Amino acid sequence: MGDVTVAPTEIERPESSEAPFEVPEPDVPWVTLVHNDPVNLMSYVTYVFQAYFGYSKSKATKLMKDVHYKGRAVVSSGSREEMERDVQAMHGYGLWATLSQDR
Amino acid sequence: MARRRARAGSFEPVRGGGAAIALDEVEISILRSLTVQLMELIGPGEQPADADQDPLAQLFAEGPSKPPDDPALARLFPDAYEGSADASEFRRFTENDLRARKREDALAVVRGLDAGGPVLKLTPDEARQWLGTLNDLRLTLGTRLEVTEDDGDGLYRLPDSDPRKPLVMAYLWLGGLQESLVETLLG
Repeated sequence: MGDVTVAPTEIERPESSEAPFEVPEPDVPWVTLVHNDPVNLMSYVTYVFQAYFGYSKSKATKLMKDVHYKGRAVVSSGSREEMERDVQAMHGYGLWATLSQDR
Repeated sequence: MARRRARAGSFEPVRGGGAAIALDEVEISILRSLTVQLMELIGPGEQPADADQDPLAQLFAEGPSKPPDDPALARLFPDAYEGSADASEFRRFTENDLRARKREDALAVVRGLDAGGPVLKLTPDEARQWLGTLNDLRLTLGTRLEVTEDDGDGLYRLPDSDPRKPLVMAYLWLGGLQESLVETLLG
């Protein structure tokens, strides 16, 4: 997205004795998963891992093979915001990607 | 993922980056037609019924929260989360941008084709736009053809009488084009 973000309005929550909201552990990293699909070329998937993440050819090739033979692979990890950016980029390249918290 | 199956007209590197390819009139016409169809498929996305033309309002307009019904579009714009609530939220704020970018890439391909052959020269940026569009085209055709990893349906051995045959030929041809462009860009 550009510089404009449309965030939901922050709502001040009054102090109360109710059980606190469950917040995800902030120190548990999020991961970007790329899933196998029958259309994307192996060479193209390797190219995307090199071009977007800046991975070496050998690392990109290994990740591509993990996706192909194991069905999916973790290709990056970090904060939720960073992983959303990576997933959006993968969708831009036409790869099937999701993010989730690495538990 | 798919391995390359056919070698077609190939991209070659050009000095200073970028890529060049020789295409004949028929090939240009086929690629242009497929790309225009892709742009029509991607479209402007779903607009709210009361969408006004105020550019500021458009800037803040939210995208759709549900995946597209069309399987090919759903493949081009997949869910980012396996949970539906987070996936909807993400989609509302990203899908319109993604559609716009894919349209721009496709438009760059059409412009390049309209510049005429027989040799099309692409800048590095144009080459990346072509790569994206070639992939979007293959995802779209692959979804329509229900391509599988092991080709259990024998798509690549169809008799000439099969109505899917022309689409399969186009799909394989695009695969060869894309493969050679990847090689060129990695070269």
